[in-house]
This record gives sequence, structure tokens and C-alpha cells, in this order.
Amino acid sequence: MIPGGAAKQDMRHRVTGTGMVILRTLLTRLLTTVITLAGVAVIVFFVIRVVPGNPIAMMLPPGATEEDIARLSALYGLDKPLVTQFGIWVAGVLQGDFGTSITTRQPVLDLVLGRLPATLELSIMALVMAVILGGTAALIGTRYRGGRREGAIDVANGMALSVPDFLWGLVLILLFGVLWPVFHISGRVTPSLELPFTTDFYLFESLIRLRFDLWADIVAHMFMPALALAIPLAAIIGQLLKQSLKETMNLDYVTLARTKGYGEARVILREALRNAALPTLTLVGVQFTFLIGGTVIIERLFSYEGLGNMAIDAVVNRDLPLIQGIVLLFALIFTAVNLIVDLLYAVLNPRLRHA
Amino acid sequence: MDGRSLIRRRAGLRLWLSAGWLMLLGIAALLAPWIAPKDPLAQDLFLGRLPPFWMAGAEPGYWLGTDSLGRDVLSRILHGARVALLVALVAGTITCLIGATLGLLAGFLRGWVDMVISRLIDIWMAFPPVLFSILLIAVLGPGLTSIIIAIVVIDWTRFARVVRAEAMAQGAMDYVASARVAGRGRIGTMVREILPNVLPTVVVLLTLEMGIAVIVEAILSFVNLSISTDDPTWGGMIAEGRTSIHQAWWVLVFPLITLFLTVLSFSQLGEGLKDRFDPVLR
Repeated sequence: MIPGGAAKQDMRHRVTGTGMVILRTLLTRLLTTVITLAGVAVIVFFVIRVVPGNPIAMMLPPGATEEDIARLSALYGLDKPLVTQFGIWVAGVLQGDFGTSITTRQPVLDLVLGRLPATLELSIMALVMAVILGGTAALIGTRYRGGRREGAIDVANGMALSVPDFLWGLVLILLFGVLWPVFHISGRVTPSLELPFTTDFYLFESLIRLRFDLWADIVAHMFMPALALAIPLAAIIGQLLKQSLKETMNLDYVTLARTKGYGEARVILREALRNAALPTLTLVGVQFTFLIGGTVIIERLFSYEGLGNMAIDAVVNRDLPLIQGIVLLFALIFTAVNLIVDLLYAVLNPRLRHA
Repeated sequence: MDGRSLIRRRAGLRLWLSAGWLMLLGIAALLAPWIAPKDPLAQDLFLGRLPPFWMAGAEPGYWLGTDSLGRDVLSRILHGARVALLVALVAGTITCLIGATLGLLAGFLRGWVDMVISRLIDIWMAFPPVLFSILLIAVLGPGLTSIIIAIVVIDWTRFARVVRAEAMAQGAMDYVASARVAGRGRIGTMVREILPNVLPTVVVLLTLEMGIAVIVEAILSFVNLSISTDDPTWGGMIAEGRTSIHQAWWVLVFPLITLFLTVLSFSQLGEGLKDRFDPVLR
């Protein structure tokens, strides 16, 4: 599944001790992360400079003179040669200065960091839902394997996989927003509510402050977008976990557990699950980055005030510095997720632990 | 064996249902200017938000109702099918041609050609598709051509990867060696011997890719980055319907059902063909 996976395994086997393995994984991954991010930064910077149409001209009211345009271009540093611009930009980024948004004229870093918590909360909630839904489906499918219930789960999985999150979101809006309006279909929180929050992690902070009224309101807003994002991932988890579970169920140690007189449910939960979960974990990592990518359109669909919604506004408005900042932040999140998954894998893999 | 024949029969049904829907849609799209009951662009504010035919207050001739500007929903769906299928065909075919050719060359010729193409695939895959599309659309600007270019630029690796692996597997088989012994040149062998054998895989991938293209077009027209808002697109209609969902649900529901069935059909057709071509199941 992962290119070079076998080679990586070989390398790991030669090192002894979990600590060393994890340290080594960490260092290699950190290095590749830095290289990837640098690559993304270079590509993003230069690709965006090819944009036809002058973004500066769009900022000014109609009737602005050439002089005005030149002055504003100089202000944003757009009149200098590309390489110089890149140098200035990199120097700025390293000091935490990602430039100024052209449409809102606020620092990109502030804008982007202000929206990041909303997207993180949504993605993590979706991930949790996907694991619960997919895990349950896999467990039920394994428990009743070969039967009608497994068939039903397979059909549901197939459907969930054939249709992307955008369409699930629309279906959910119709079902739980219009036909049976139990959830909110737009926004992150009811605007009339007074928010005592000091951070932008609304869901988390409402729990900490024990404001369950606010928490319920926020969940009612997040439920549908999170579910729409979760459905395709849940199907993938359900399929793969069920497959690994069924393979594990034929192994000797599981048969042994069964001869000890344990019930089928206990055998699955206590014996098989631990070993079957590992391949799924790796896949979930990769798929989670797709899920985060999906927030771009899902946030738009549910008018959820997150990073993705801002990304689309930035593209529509041709707000280059903002697009740059958002793309870089997304790239950072993706690589961070991959890093975490690799580490988890190193920690959890029993073969590596006892090496 | 009983269960297996059952699986095949179900797969067959799935195949025919999805192929049937896509055929129907294709014909409707071709004939849209003649079979659409109304002009898809004609606005009539006196006929705004008419409900579909079975509800009270419906006007004859407006089968699926009208949107807030009084435009006929059915006619717009039919004309929207033209855009959707055009993008599916054009983007799917170009992506397929470029990706499959590169995959075939890499998988069969190996050597430095494979090195270059494989490296390219790796670099491409490292870049998340969503970021890629945001960047491309930002650079290319909105419009159908941009959508098609974006799909081709992002998705060619899907074909290249699979076809490369397939061509490599086929290249190692005896029949290829005997064709070479019989005096066929390298390119001749590739086109005459390998290509027909990877074709089923390519057809499956192409079908799946068309479904992806339809959804990408719908998403981009939903966020208003496709062709101009006046032109009927399913995504544009869904965006309009989303804002008036409590007053006129039909503006959202009918294009959504059409889009849903189309995307589902492309993916079920692809999966069905995959099963059909799969020698294990046959």
C-alpha cells in the first residue's frame, strides 16, 4: 500500500529497541516533512505568480490611475523581480509574517489561525464519527459473517463509497435540515448566543467551561457537516477492518481462544481486534488527510466558518497572499497527520515493539 | 457455486441499471434543445417558485416547477446534463489518454523512461489533490476549460499508476516474449500485444474518472467557479436551491437526484465492469 514499505520495514528491523526505532522514524519523517513543506512553498509561490490578471487592479475602485496601481503594487512588493519577491516572502514566513490579505487587509497569519480551530474541531469530530460508524459496521459484519447482516453492511459500504461527501452533505441537509429539522444547516453557532470564549476552539471550550447549553448548540451545527465528511471514511474503515478481522479470525491463537470457551463477541473484541486494527490505522491516516481536504467544500455547503470556506472565498476573490497562507497551512496539517500516523504505527506495531 | 452465480446476477443487474441511466441521460443531453419543454434561461418573475406538477399551484408545462427567477427546473436539468457529460467525456478521455500512454510506456519500456515517469507520479501524489485544485483554479480562473485542465493535470496519475503496473505484469508473460521472437518490434509489441490486454482496466478507470469529473464540475459550479451563473449547471442549480430550500425544495431536490444517480451510475458501472473483467469471478 505504501511505496517502499517493505524497505522501510527492513531498515527498522535492523535497529533494536522501540526507543531507537521511534527516534529514527521521527527524525527521518521530520526531515522529509521539512523538505515537502519547502517544496510546497516554492511551488505555491511561483505558481501563484503566474496568475493572469492583476490582483492589485481589482483592489482599487474603478477609475484608479496607473500611478495608483504602481503605488499599491510597490506597497505589496509586487513590483520587484520574482526571485526577490520570493526572498522577501520566505524571510517574512520564517518570522511568522505571511503577508497581508488583499481583500480584508489583515495579516494572513491572524486570519488563518482564527479559522484553523473551527476546521480542526470539525475534522476531528468527523474522524471520531467515522471510526465509531466504520468500527461498528466491521464488528457487526464479522460477528454475523456470511449472513444477511454482513451482506447488508457490504451494500451500505458500497453505496457510501460510491458517492462523495459533497452529495452526502446535500442529502443530510434535506433529511435533517428540511424534512425533519433537528440540526442546523448553516453556521458554527447560533449568532444570537453570547459566547464567553477566549479561544476559537468552541466545542472544546464549551465543555471545559461546563456550558452544556452552548455545547449542544455547537454540536447541532457541526453534526451534519461532520457526518457528511465521516460517511465515506466510515465505509473505508468498515471494509478494511472487517477484512482484517475475518482473516484474523482464522488464525491459530483465535481458535485457541475459542476452544477456551470464550464467546464469539469476546473473541472478536478482546483477541482479534487488537491485531486486526493495525492495517486500518495506517489507512485511516492517509484517508484522514483526504477528509481534511473535504472540509473545503463541506464547510462551504454548511456555511461553516472554517479554513476551507475561507479558501474558496480567497480563490473567488483572487486573494493571492491568503491563498498562499491557506495552502501552506493545509500542507502543514497534512504532513503533521502523516507524521503522527507513522509514529503511532511504530509505537503500536507489536512486531517492532518486540524486535 | 450458488452464491457466486447470485453475485454475478446482482452485478449484472447493477451494470445494466447504471448503463441504462447513463444512456438515458446521454440521449436527453444530446436532444436537450429539442425535448426541453422551456427555454432554460427564460425568466418570468410572475412564475417564480412554481411547485412540481402534482402539487397545488403548479402550472401546466412546468413539470418539475420553477426556481425563484421563474426558470423551468426540468429544462435546466436537461441542459445541465450537457455540461456535466461534456466535462465527463472530454476531461475523462484526455486524462485517460495521457495517463494510460505514460503508464504503458513506463511499464513496458522500463529503463530511464520508467524512472522519469515514476518519479513524476511520486511527486504528483505527494501533493494533496484539494490543494492542487485550489491552486490551479486560482491560477487558471473560473470556467469549463479550467475545470477540464485541472482534472487532467491532477488525475492523470490514477491511470498512469495502474496501467504501468498492469503493463509490467503483462510484459513479463510468455506471449510477449514469443511476439518478440516472431519478429515484432518493441513499439509494435506494445501496441498490438500489451495494449489490448490492459484495455479492460483502462475502460474501468475511465468510467470511474468520468464520475469524478461530473462531481468536480458540480462542486465547482456550486461554488460559482464554473461557467457563468446564468448557464444551467447542476451544481449552480443546487447552489440556488440551497439558498431557497425552505421555500422551494424542488429547486434543490431534482438536480440533486439527477447528480446523485449519475455519480452513482458511473461508479457502479466501473465496479460492475471490474467484476466482469475479473477472471477470478468469471
